[in-house]
This record gives sequence, structure tokens and C-alpha cells, in this order.
Amino acid sequence: MSTAMTTAADTVEGRSTVLRMDDLRVSAVGGNEILLGISLDLYRGQILGLVGESGSGKTTAGLACMGHYRTGLQHTAGGIELFPREGDPFYLDSLSAEQTRDLRGSRVAYIPQDPALSLNPAIRVGEQIREVLDVHAFGKSSAERSARVKEVLEDVGLPGTDEYQRRWPHQLSGGQQQRIGIAMAFAMFPDVLILDEPTTGLDVSTQAHVLDTIRDMTRRHDVASLYITHDLAVVAELADRVAVMLRGELVEEGPAEKVLHRPEHDYTKRLLAAVPDLAGRKDLPGGAERAAEVTEPQVSEPQVTQPGDSAAASATASAEPYLLQVSDLAMKFGDNVVLSSIDMTLEPGESTMILGESGSGKTTLSRCITGLVDGYTGSVRYRGEELAKSTRKRTVDHRQEIQYVFQSPFSSLNPRRTIGESLTVPLEMSKRLPRSEHKKAVEEALDAVRLGRSFYDRRPGDLSGGERQRAAIARALVNAPRVLVCDEITSALDVSVQASIVSLLNTLREERGLAILFVTHNITLARHVSGHINVLNKGVIVDRGTVEDVLENPSHEYTKSLLSDIPQL
Amino acid sequence: MMAKLILRRLVLSLFILLAVSVLVFFATLLLPGDPARAILGQQATPERVAALQEQLNLDEPAIVRYFLWLGGLFTGDFGMSTAFGGPVSELLSDRIVASLVLMVLAAVISIPLGLGFGIFSALHRGKRRDKAVTWVSLTLAALPEFVIGIVLVTLFATTIFPILPAVTMSPPGQQVWMFPSQLILPTITLALVVAPYIARMMRATMIDVLDSGYVEMARLKGVPERQVIMRHAVPHAVGPVAQVIAIQLAWLAGGVVVVEFLFRYPGIGQALIDAVTFRDVQVVQAVSMIVAVVYVVVNLLADIVGIMSNPKLRSAS
Repeated sequence: MSTAMTTAADTVEGRSTVLRMDDLRVSAVGGNEILLGISLDLYRGQILGLVGESGSGKTTAGLACMGHYRTGLQHTAGGIELFPREGDPFYLDSLSAEQTRDLRGSRVAYIPQDPALSLNPAIRVGEQIREVLDVHAFGKSSAERSARVKEVLEDVGLPGTDEYQRRWPHQLSGGQQQRIGIAMAFAMFPDVLILDEPTTGLDVSTQAHVLDTIRDMTRRHDVASLYITHDLAVVAELADRVAVMLRGELVEEGPAEKVLHRPEHDYTKRLLAAVPDLAGRKDLPGGAERAAEVTEPQVSEPQVTQPGDSAAASATASAEPYLLQVSDLAMKFGDNVVLSSIDMTLEPGESTMILGESGSGKTTLSRCITGLVDGYTGSVRYRGEELAKSTRKRTVDHRQEIQYVFQSPFSSLNPRRTIGESLTVPLEMSKRLPRSEHKKAVEEALDAVRLGRSFYDRRPGDLSGGERQRAAIARALVNAPRVLVCDEITSALDVSVQASIVSLLNTLREERGLAILFVTHNITLARHVSGHINVLNKGVIVDRGTVEDVLENPSHEYTKSLLSDIPQL
Repeated sequence: MMAKLILRRLVLSLFILLAVSVLVFFATLLLPGDPARAILGQQATPERVAALQEQLNLDEPAIVRYFLWLGGLFTGDFGMSTAFGGPVSELLSDRIVASLVLMVLAAVISIPLGLGFGIFSALHRGKRRDKAVTWVSLTLAALPEFVIGIVLVTLFATTIFPILPAVTMSPPGQQVWMFPSQLILPTITLALVVAPYIARMMRATMIDVLDSGYVEMARLKGVPERQVIMRHAVPHAVGPVAQVIAIQLAWLAGGVVVVEFLFRYPGIGQALIDAVTFRDVQVVQAVSMIVAVVYVVVNLLADIVGIMSNPKLRSAS
């Protein structure tokens, strides 16, 4: 952060514009405007963070810099002017199709969101980098291109050996794949770099490495970068300047320091307020979500209301068995040990976070607890009673008591059913209530998640991501469970929506004494969500305790390195 | 890993063929008639019939006869044809070659044609050209092969454009490919039946692939459109289509029966029809087994193509 700022200050005088976007307008073919006049400047050697929530048009603006409009979109007005290192400035829309093609990948390069999807799985990684050099006729000879492939691989911190170049994308980790993407983008020494959420799918430690590479390469090669993201903490870490987009408009733009610490526009302020904070200094506002009616009572003092820390919990623990107790749980798929010797407990009204990166076994653990995955060894006890391994063998009561909310609200609700129909299914299964009372129970659940009864007849397709996730939580609530297992339920959502979901969970926990198992990779949520935390690494709980203890005095190396890699505002 | 996968498929194929042989043998047992009597005719004395039955092992129990027959299959001995008197293998060898020629020709024409139209259609998705291809291919797919054959004969072999022969008339002892003009209509008929399915499937997978991240990435890298299609998109789209092609080729093995009958083409289809007419059990068994082998081999090839086109399977260790 501090180094970024000094570099920014140094270059302010002599900064040269590389790309100028002037009142750019894009609209859907025969329909709504997507971009309502965006004006931006990109400077050499600097990173501009373009921040916005899903649907704000930030990717459209980024792709426009490459002269690319996705199917169904058209450029209606305004222009983009490019000032390359060599040659005269020109407007992108004055170029022929062939010239535009020649520009892409050589003068303006793109780093996409998901490297796993954007690397061709059937072409060796060295080949994919080399292809850029081949189509843009880099250098004079084939040998020179081969040398450049090796050089750029080493630049991004990967081995440039032939053996490495001959690997397939699936033989690399997510971070390595993304670095191949970066190498591909830098291969032709571009003037402009468009980065579209390049670290969204990555773990914090991998993200830290990739961000380092991006920062270093931008400075070293004097490239003007546009970093598109919804993650303000990453922007704080990386960007020299920040531009904030809301529904196709630029609402604020300026030096990173100013926008992030002294924001002027209300939207920027709201966005910043919704970013979870590791230190737990602030409350996440629930009301920032688009739905204006969502103004739930806010949890004013989360620390006070964390029953996980309270003495009451430990007092009851000695008297009666734990609400949920996992002992010596282990699981392997074939020879691959996914979980080993997991012990943990959960009390009513307590929220425990299971923190782990991808591949740590956190989802498998939550599925073992709910019985969605069977074949584990060890035991899961509910009020002292051992549960059958598989959901199918558990009693209806046990199944009702432990409910599961899935990560993606886009795929966990049946698109052909109305919300009301989807929420009635668990009631039909449990036969807890007579049929005549089903509708009432569903409406109560919808009220509890602050959606309101009007959602009963709507279908998932009409709902925003946050609304769908609320509906999914309501579905878990209709049978009045005691334990709610939330598997990464906010990771597909924007920060402001995430904030409102977190605040909803806290309310439910207090009102109903619900025990919550919050499974996530996002450590910054810890203080907002939970009293206790279990850090899972490679299938083993390496660190555990109250959130304060673990965050302030991490005992395990892994937790320490995790904490040091988190980007902070 | 890959060798292991392929080996497993091979072993599985052998088991399938064994199962088919059981089915074929016992199904043909149910056919009415006595082969010995069929060979000797109505006037044969019971003694002679009994003698021939013994010679043909017909007096053995069915299970023993099955194993004798199966053993014969492995040594290329398909038994004696009751209708023609000679060994089945001699009767069929020329016909197998003739049918294979027809199948290979049809495949060589229909596969590139289907793939080409599928790609073309996907690239012009939603436009008039795509709709035209869709209409034509759906219409062809809906027509049975004999209708297509008859239409072609009417068009090209009768009064409208009398340029091609309507039936195959190769003199005995000469091979079918010595008269190429006679091959044209049967080949086109088979190709027109098979190509639409390939085109439909290719269009569907190609559309998926064109929407994928790596195709967009290739375009944003500045790769020329032609190279985007041929290098980044098509190899991925072909994998799933290989299965459909296999099913179509396997269908050709059975589908030739109708087409060969229609054009009087001297292949195994003709042989099968004649054999059924004359209750020639040994020939029916042999032809059924040959068709089954073609099915299995073609599907095995498709599996291998699928494995080869997937780098995850190819390089897993």
C-alpha cells in the first residue's frame, strides 16, 4: 500500500496517458443502456482499480478497451483512444476488423477471471503462450519466440523449462494457471492490460502471490493496467487510482488513498462499509442491498452478543451433552485422505467458523456432518445420540434438526418451481405439520429471512443473488432446525449482499438460538460471524479457539501465513 | 493409465461379443425348420436326414452345438450353408468386402459433410443459413433410408436425369468397385441418412464450445478467427461427436440391409435377406455376428478417440 502510493505520487507529474475512454456508451441490442457514458484515463506504469458490483458494467467497459463487445451488446457512442509507445495515437473504432485483431494480445492484453476456463485444456501451456507470439509475428525467428516464452515464464515466477512448457493446464494449480495467463498477456510487451477479477477464484495465499506478480510486472514493463474487481481490499493493496461504477455510471474516481479513505459519493461509502473487516471494528450494515425493504434491526454490538465466548455455554456443556459433537471424524476418497481426526462441538446459539482454503476438506466436513457424504469413520452426535452416517439412514427428526445451505443460490433452487413450492418440499417430507398449515409456515420462514410473503409466487429467475440466498436459507428454516450448516454461502455474492446475509444469520442465531456452522475461505468475516473458529488445513484442524485467540495469537504457522496474506483496506 | 483404460474397454468388448453370440445362437434355434431336411429337400429318406444330422452335429444337445459353433467362429469356420451347400465363409467373403466398401465410402463422405455443416451452422447460429441447414438436416433425418433411396433412384436413374444405374449388376467373379458408377447412388443414400445426425450433434457441441472461456480468450489474444475455430474450438467439439459418429457407423452395418436390398447390391445385407428367406440358419448366425463385431469395433474406436482427445485421460499417471 505505502509503496504503491509513493510510486503513484512520483509519476503524477510526468504521467502519460496510454488509453483514454471518452463518454463511452454501450447498450444491449434494441434495449437498455449498459454503459451510460464512461470517461477514464489509464496512465503508464499505473493500475486503475475499477470497482463495482455484479451488473454494474465493469466487464463491459474492460472488454470495450479491446474493441470487443459480447454478443447482444453494441457500441453506441463515445470512443476509446490509444496512445501506444511507438506510432501515432488512434481511435479503436477507426480500426478494421483485421487491425483490431492485431491490436488484441499485442497492444492491449487481457487477463480473464477464471484461468481454469480460459486456458484451452487441450493445448500445452507453452504452446498457448507461444501462440500469441506467433499470431503477432514477434521477433524475427522461431528461436527468438521460443526464447521469449521461456523469458516471460520466468518473469512471472514459473520455471521456463521445456518440461514445464509441455504441461497441460490441468497439471497446474489455480495460481500457476493464472500466472500462465499473466505471462500470455505480457508476452508481447503490451501498452495496456485489462485484468478482469483475475484473483476471484483463488485462495488468499495464492492471491497474494498473483497480486505481487501483477504489481511487479506492471511497474517493470511500464504498462497501464485496468484492474476490474468487486473486492475493495484487493484494490487497496494494488491500485494507484480507483474508479467506482454503479449501474453503468462512474460515480467516483480519484487516487486510491482518497477514494478508499475519504469517499465522497454515498455509494462508495456504502460499499466500503460493507467490506468485512478482520479487526471487527465495524458492523456490517444489512441495508446496503438493492432491495430497499430490507432494513433489519442491526446487530449493534456483535462482540457482546457472541454467545460462543460466554460462560453460559460452558456451564451448560458440563450438564448435558453437546448439541452437536463430532469426534475423531476421518474421511478418504480412495487413497486420498481428505479429513483426519476432526473433533469439534457446537452449542445452541453458537456460531463456529470452519476456515479453510480450497482443497482443505471443509466442504467434505460439512457434508459428512449433514450426512450428504457417508463412508466416513468416527462419529457425529446430536444431543449425545450418534447419527447414522448417511442422510438416507437418519431419522426424519435428525434430518430436520441439521439443515444445509449451499454455496451457489443460482443452482440450489429449482428454476421451474416458485419459491413457495420449493419451500414447501421440506414440509411435505417431514410431515411435521398438516398440509393446511404449510403455506403459513413457508410465509413465516420468508418473513424470518426478511424476504416477505410477496416472494411466495415468484421464481428464482426473477430474484437477485442475495434474494435467492435468502430463499435458500428460508428453505433450511421451514422445519425449525437447531443446526444450520452454511457452506460458503456468501462467496458467490457481492460484498453489500454478503453483509446483509451475515447480519441476517446473526439475527437468526439470537432470535432462535440457532447453532451455525459457517464454512468459508474468507477469514475477514470471522469476527462478523462467529465466536469460535476452526482452521482447517489439508484435512486437519490446525488451530482452534475463540476468534480473538486465533486471530491475535495464532498458534500454527499456517494460520499465521494466512493472516499475513490478507489484503486490507 | 491410458493403456489400462483401453485394455479394459477391449476386455469389455470381448464379453459383449460373447453375450451376443449366445443370444444369436439361441435365437436362431427358435427358427422353424430342420437344416438337414432343408438341404436334402422334401423327398429325402429319414435315414439320409438322420445321417446328415449326425454329420452336422444336429443330434447333439444345443449347448454342445453352441460351443462347437463358437469354436468354429474363432477358426474362421462359420459352418455350411444349407441353401447353397458350400461353406458360409466362402459364400460371405466377397459380400463382406463389398459391404465394407459401401460403408467406408459412406463414412468417408458423411463424416466430413456432417462435421462441416455442423460447424457452419454453429458459426451462423440463429441466422438464415443456420435455419436452412437445420431444416434440411431435420427433414433428411426424418426420412427412412428407403424413401431417400427411392427418391434418388427416381431423380437420377429414371426419366428425369437418367445418368446413373438404378441397380448393381456386377458379373459374378468381378468386384463391385470395378463399376464405380453403380456405387454412387447407394453411397449417397447412406451418407444422406447418416450425415444429418452428425451435423445436428456437431452444431450443438460447437455452440457450447464457442461460448467457452478459452474461445473468447483466444479471440482476445488476437488469434485469427480461422485459427480460433480450427485449433481452439473444433478439437473440443469433436470429442462428444465421436460417440454419435460411432453409433451412426454402427447403424450403417445394419442399415445397409435395406439399402443393399433396394439397389440389389451384393453385400451381407442381401445375403442376410436371402438367408432368412431360405431358412439358412448358419448364414443368419454369421451375418448377425459380423454386424455385432462391426458395432463393437466402431464403438471401441470412438472410446479410444474420446480418450485420446482428452488430455486429462491421456496424461494422467
